Amino acid sequence: MKMHRYEKIWLLFGTGTLLVFLIIVGISAFYMGNQPPSCAVTLDPQKVDETPPFDQPGLKQIGEDEYQLTIVASAFNYDVGTEDKVVKIPKGSTVHFNVTTKDVVHGFQLVGTNVNMMLEPGYISTYTNTFKKPGKYTLLCNEYCGVGHHLMAATIEVTE
Amino acid sequence: MQKSFGSIQPADGKLTMAHLFVAFGALFIGAAAGLLQTLARTGKFTLPAGLDYYQILTVHGVILGLVLTTFFIIGFLLASQSKTTGGYSPGERKWAWLGFGLMLTGVLITTTYILLQEASVLYTFYAPLMAHPGFYLGLTLVIIGSWLEAFVIFHRHRKWKKENPGKRTPLLSYMSVITMILWVVATIGVSAAVLIQFLPWSLGYKETIDVLVTRVLFWYFGHPLVYFWLLPAYMMWYAIIPKIIGGKIFSDSLARMSFILLLLFSFPVGFHHQLTEPGIDPFWKYLQVVLTFMVVVPSLMTAFSLFATFETRGRELGATGLFGWVKKMPWKDVRFFAPFVGMLMLIPGGIGGIINASNQMNQVVHNTIWVTGHFHLAVATTVMLTFFGITYWLVPSIRGRKLTKTMNKLGILQTIFWSVGMLIMTGAMHWQGLLGGPRRSTFSEYAGNADTASWGAYHIAQAIGGSILFVAMVLMLLIFVNLAFFAPKGKEEFPVATADDRGMGTPKVFENWKLWIGLTAALILFAYTIPFIDIIQNAPPGSPGYRLW
Repeated sequence: MKMHRYEKIWLLFGTGTLLVFLIIVGISAFYMGNQPPSCAVTLDPQKVDETPPFDQPGLKQIGEDEYQLTIVASAFNYDVGTEDKVVKIPKGSTVHFNVTTKDVVHGFQLVGTNVNMMLEPGYISTYTNTFKKPGKYTLLCNEYCGVGHHLMAATIEVTE
Repeated sequence: MQKSFGSIQPADGKLTMAHLFVAFGALFIGAAAGLLQTLARTGKFTLPAGLDYYQILTVHGVILGLVLTTFFIIGFLLASQSKTTGGYSPGERKWAWLGFGLMLTGVLITTTYILLQEASVLYTFYAPLMAHPGFYLGLTLVIIGSWLEAFVIFHRHRKWKKENPGKRTPLLSYMSVITMILWVVATIGVSAAVLIQFLPWSLGYKETIDVLVTRVLFWYFGHPLVYFWLLPAYMMWYAIIPKIIGGKIFSDSLARMSFILLLLFSFPVGFHHQLTEPGIDPFWKYLQVVLTFMVVVPSLMTAFSLFATFETRGRELGATGLFGWVKKMPWKDVRFFAPFVGMLMLIPGGIGGIINASNQMNQVVHNTIWVTGHFHLAVATTVMLTFFGITYWLVPSIRGRKLTKTMNKLGILQTIFWSVGMLIMTGAMHWQGLLGGPRRSTFSEYAGNADTASWGAYHIAQAIGGSILFVAMVLMLLIFVNLAFFAPKGKEEFPVATADDRGMGTPKVFENWKLWIGLTAALILFAYTIPFIDIIQNAPPGSPGYRLW
């Protein structure tokens, strides 16, 4: 099977570019630690309310400018530990999100940030983000979970 | 033979037309649902007749993503096979009708349960949302029916080969076989999920379901499904368009090779739909990302071949200079124009796909409406415009009618409406997605913050795009009905191009099915065995079913 000379050049160039691209993605993921969320820790999805730390959802300071935010998702609510579903954190804080779901699959997206992960029953999803800009960030569900799917929301308020 | 102008045997023509009637019926229902969705999302419109947003979203996804595509594709492949390998035997035809009957029964059952509000689980039916067992049963029938029809296509190819020893098989027949192998291997995954997990669980024989296993099986099917939509479009581009423009296929063997590569690299890649899921190891996610990108190679080959065909033909017609051939293309022929616009749309569609599959970058767009914009470019524009391009000649050629000048003009108008509507709608979807707008969600004020409140303009743009698309869909239905029933009798060509191989033969190895199916299986085992064992061994307790609508 013969190939046209131009096609060989075209394919060589294309495949070369692809290789460079994949190496960059790989270095970013494995060397610089920019992995997609893959916590892989499990729990019993029917006993979330009894399993620490999910028995007490909410914000917990664990260091200077460092917080752990435990959230329990369920249809159709995010339990962020506050009545008004607003979590306030000071600017410059690093927040470790620690989240699970009590029932079906939910999404977990913090609008305007890279915090975006799937919540699946039986698994804990984690991701860390540093908030440099003040403002109100909406947390919403981006995986269909039922008739009230679009009503799932909370707010992370980053204060000066 | 009966007295007829038909391009294939009348009995085979009936078979194909039955599939196309279902497909275009589905287009009407699905696109109408789509219009309602874009209107509902603006927040200024209430859905009529007690319809729920997520119910019609389920209709839209199932009817367009599974019914329209599968019926159109199988109808088209059956016709191509009949044209290039000499028509079906009565036995083959019987099996194909049985398959069609099962598929249609399945569609009716599944649709009934969706309309009864018993299955608002969307077309991905993610566990542990639990639909009525009838929903899963209907889907099973669709798949079994499609397997029977796949078998008919394989059988015809094999018979032709036996009757024509030593000859190269017709390219369209070869491509039909690859497309259906891809479909059969892919649907094994989703059938396993439905038969072993969803059905017993929804019937109450099993209390819980393993959520991650069902998702892995679904996406093992879900990505090749996309290529199953794309391959028939490639058949039109590679093996039919050259004839329409009066040229030749650039290379028969390269066309076969790109189909083989698409088959091989459609499977070991499902994790790129699951990049932000907690239960899968990051190494295996990355490995499948790398395998995903292997599709770049056949895509580059395809782009090269198509434009080489266009340029060669343009130069034959006297074009000079680097781009002189562009002027020589038959722009006023809708059979060329519609699929060509489809090809152009695959450029932004492909770029979006690269972004989606880029491992950690997926997080920026995962489950945002960007993704919806992406596949409305790739599938609803590229693939659909090509399918419309097929319809313009396939339907009249089977029915012994002519594609008139008026219908040709209407088709060009349809193409423009469809692509403008899609550009407006998908453009707005891409932007809103980058700003964090979620997919699969009806209108909501969320927490009342400024970030989500700023999306209003994008919703309006999507509704405008959706309305233009609805008009384009009605135009297409009018053309289809005209070509099937009212166009003047006559002989319309079923274009089948021949290859310009300049003595470069097609290697025999391409027909070695054991080798290619074996390699496909080996790649699947390589990409899935270890992570799948890992997922099962480390599985959390299962989930009971939920009905949250």
